[in-house]
Amino acid sequence: MKHLRIGMMLAIVGLTAMTSWSADQPAAPDAPRIKIDNFKFSPKELTVSVGTTVTWVNNDDVPHTATGKGEPPAFDSKALDTDQTYSFKFTKPGTYKYYCKVHTHMTGTVIVK
Amino acid sequence: MSDYIKEDRSADGIDRRGFLKCMAWAGAGVLWTMKDGILQSRALGAQAPMMGDFSFVQLSDSHVGFNKGVYGNVVGTFQLAVARINALPTPPALVLHTGDLTHLSKPQEFDTVAQVMKSIRTGQSFFVPGEHDYFVDNGMQYKDRFGKGTLGAGWHSFDFKGVHFIGLVNVANLSNGKTALGALGTEQLEWLQKDVAPLGSSTPIVVFAHVPLWTIYPEWGWGTDDSAQALGYLKRFGSVTVLNGHIHQILQKVEGNITFHTARSTAFPQPEPGKAESPGPMKNVPAEKVKSMLGLTSVKYVETGSMLAVVDSTLA
Repeated sequence: MKHLRIGMMLAIVGLTAMTSWSADQPAAPDAPRIKIDNFKFSPKELTVSVGTTVTWVNNDDVPHTATGKGEPPAFDSKALDTDQTYSFKFTKPGTYKYYCKVHTHMTGTVIVK
Repeated sequence: MSDYIKEDRSADGIDRRGFLKCMAWAGAGVLWTMKDGILQSRALGAQAPMMGDFSFVQLSDSHVGFNKGVYGNVVGTFQLAVARINALPTPPALVLHTGDLTHLSKPQEFDTVAQVMKSIRTGQSFFVPGEHDYFVDNGMQYKDRFGKGTLGAGWHSFDFKGVHFIGLVNVANLSNGKTALGALGTEQLEWLQKDVAPLGSSTPIVVFAHVPLWTIYPEWGWGTDDSAQALGYLKRFGSVTVLNGHIHQILQKVEGNITFHTARSTAFPQPEPGKAESPGPMKNVPAEKVKSMLGLTSVKYVETGSMLAVVDSTLA
């Protein structure tokens, strides 16, 4: 019983890791990417259609996040260390402003139509 | 020289000339020097310390967990800073770490920081968090390990030999995206006002916080949104020393009775404000130069005259 409980816990931990850490999920080849270079999101503003998965990639030497403004945030990459990526599928139209939690002067917008 | 206040731009009842005159009187037996616009002081006969005299050290921005290029041994340089402290003829009474203990708030990073800090020969160590200690889990691990007994996001105050120390947290509000600068927030400001209210104006004040409490370069977020309000509560004090980190380089400024000072990092230097495309670890630094760009800050308090002398040294 004890072993089973530990097994279940591990499974839950694994699931959580997969959903919040989508870094390893392959994105479609033409999927739009937002690069983080020199403390800037590039492109700063990106327009996509509903259902598009957007991927952020951190090319800087320091960690950044892509975190939706608002409480709770519509999406949150959590800490992205160098070369790590984060993908989020936008399923509802709207204007999504986001920022980096570590360097709040870094901001960007994804417009979903 | 007249005894009347002629210039009182900050409307605090003390002009610069009056302040210097007052301090010159209070600091008899003290050598005052003005260097680069910063009032520096040295006690005459400093070899024989007074009863209330003591020194403390500021460490900052250790970024344990960071490992890139010429900055590949941040634990080693952190330990080197500790070795410098342990080699001081008189151990510092206190050590203040002004945040960014870790790079990514990982448990093993906090473990390493705790081990290195434990190896310092000093009375007691005090901490405030940097954004790297905070943004991953809203400072949960930080508070649990380094902020025991502190209030809110980790602010606190204590008295040591007549000096009132105040540790402020200006990285918590940073993480909510409401400001591009550091911020203290209403709750902490209210606490600060109450904390200093009972103190006499002659009490020397040392404030330590991660992000500078003066606006250095807002384009890179190097400043604190509501610092003016905090400094307003401290204006009436004759001696206020503000020690910050975050920018990984030394900058100083004097405003009225308040001396601002930022410390070097023990991990990596950052570019001068606006002198690079972005902040972050300085690029194109030759390996042999790194130690000359890292360092620590020693502060000597001399009771007579209530003065604090701030001295920076590199790890080279």
